[in-house]
Amino acid sequence: MAKQEEATFIQSAAESPTALLRELVAHLRQNRTQLREEWARRITEAGLLTAMSREEVFAEATTVYDNYVAVLETGSVEALEAYARDLSERIIPRGVETHEVLGIVLLLRDVLARSLFKKYQSDIALLNRVLDAYEPAANRIANTVGVSFVQERERVIRQQQEAIRELSTPVLQVRARLLILPIIGVIDPQRARQLTEQLLRGIRSNRAKVVVIDITGVPAVDATIANHLVQAVDASRLMGATVIVTGLSSSIAQTLVTIGVDLAKMKTVGDLQGGIEEAERLLGYKVSRVGEAPAQEETG
Amino acid sequence: MRVPILKQHSYLIASIQSALTDDDLLQLRDDLVAQIGRFRSRGAIVDVTALDVMDSFAVRTLRGVAHMIRLRGAQTVIVGIQPEVAFSMVQLGLTLEEVATALDLEEGLAYLDDQPKSNGRHGE
Amino acid sequence: MANDMQVGISTSADIVTARQRGRELASELGFSGSDLTVLATAISEVARNIIEHAKEGEVILEPTHNGSKQGILIIASDRGPGIPDVDRALQDGYSSGKGLGLGLPGAKRLMDEFKVVSEVGKGTTVTMKKWVR
Ligand SMILES: Nc1ncnc2c1ncn2[C@@H]1O[C@H](COP(=O)(O)OP(=O)(O)O)[C@@H](O)[C@H]1O
Ligand SMILES: [Mg+2]
Repeated sequence: MAKQEEATFIQSAAESPTALLRELVAHLRQNRTQLREEWARRITEAGLLTAMSREEVFAEATTVYDNYVAVLETGSVEALEAYARDLSERIIPRGVETHEVLGIVLLLRDVLARSLFKKYQSDIALLNRVLDAYEPAANRIANTVGVSFVQERERVIRQQQEAIRELSTPVLQVRARLLILPIIGVIDPQRARQLTEQLLRGIRSNRAKVVVIDITGVPAVDATIANHLVQAVDASRLMGATVIVTGLSSSIAQTLVTIGVDLAKMKTVGDLQGGIEEAERLLGYKVSRVGEAPAQEETG
Repeated sequence: MRVPILKQHSYLIASIQSALTDDDLLQLRDDLVAQIGRFRSRGAIVDVTALDVMDSFAVRTLRGVAHMIRLRGAQTVIVGIQPEVAFSMVQLGLTLEEVATALDLEEGLAYLDDQPKSNGRHGE
Repeated sequence: MANDMQVGISTSADIVTARQRGRELASELGFSGSDLTVLATAISEVARNIIEHAKEGEVILEPTHNGSKQGILIIASDRGPGIPDVDRALQDGYSSGKGLGLGLPGAKRLMDEFKVVSEVGKGTTVTMKKWVR
């Protein structure tokens, strides 16, 4: 009698992949504890996720497992996607690599497939139908997790590149309301744009009134970069800050004139030291030179 | 949305609260110019901190405001242009050259206080 | 795609709507910081040109791709009088009215790709794109 019932169930289940998936989900839920442990063990054996402790691996494995089953059940990868991104965000800084993430997802796929194989091995035809229903869903899951991880990694790398670029030109606050932007090295349009944005944010957050942009360390300035410099000066003024440009070589000055910049409108001072003094005068500080200062000016 | 204009001592302060349509901006211009005359104010501050965008129309209108207010012997200061807005403005080619600008309301007031008192007909 | 948007432009309030929608879509697409303001400014200029020079038209906002690059596509079109000399209209400071003449050349500078197609008596279409950095 019981045998008869089971046969009928399997028969009807075989008719639709949805019903097969439902049965699969029930199986994975029933064997959750054992399959999850099996998976975590295989992860450790394969030498994956070595940057994480056993407990951490087990905790993440549990969540991935549950998300995995949920995808099979609902057919929607959204929740898994969100979790995968969140997971990636947590593990990328710890040095987890792309192959490890793909590795663990493929391992889970394998663990589950083996368990299905064991369950249905007596009926090869049914097993095939179950695997047919399982495979595409499992592939989709592996794909989702892999893509989320790679995208997150790319985002992190881009952010790090931005951060490195920002570090290479610090906006320094030398005293209240006075910022210095010492630019060193070649400027391309992308860096120029980033410098300007950084400067403008710096003006806002430091409530700066005067900015000294020192370009002594910039080897060459073409018309495009000169335009960016002018834009930085103009935008700073829109925010109420005065810009003093120092270290302008005569060839750069020539470029500025060529692109139609009225140098009389741009405050320029020979060297950084002179620029800071001018800035302090603008801010209303008394500038007094002591002892060695005149000598400095001679060398400057 | 009509921009509220506050009177503080001899200054008028217009603080824009949200994105403005062109009509709102023209209304603000007319209100400011009328009140500068009525209160014999020495200066006007337009606080644009809340503006999402300063495009060529906004700049043309604000220049117009500053110009008309100057004709009435008073000064205009635009305050609160945000970093992203300033960045977009200069790329568009807008610099507001003939209008005073300051970081925020406090700076704008300080700027007006620093101006010589005897400008124009309404100077004391 | 559900992200597509079309904003009819016939009043100055529509300009604000168009640039706010543009900013929202751009933010969903991953644009950030000053790029959002840059996009809103460019949209504002082309939408205003519709009102000032053609009375009415529309702005379409949609996501676009180029390989793995994600971006936003903005199309401002009208059936107004058209532009007799597009090259001239793209010059800084040229205005047939009392504008500053910075709308078209400025929007071009703000965007990564920019194209004006116009036929006198038929109308004008400005197509522009910007890519997420
Ligand atoms: N949609 C349009 N329909 C017809 N003419 C246009 C349109 N957009 C721009 N133009 C023409 O191009 C010129 C330049 O446009 P723009 O740079 O925005 O300057 P402005 O709008 O300030 O005049 C306009 O003065 C107008 O003659
Ligand atoms: Mg225009």
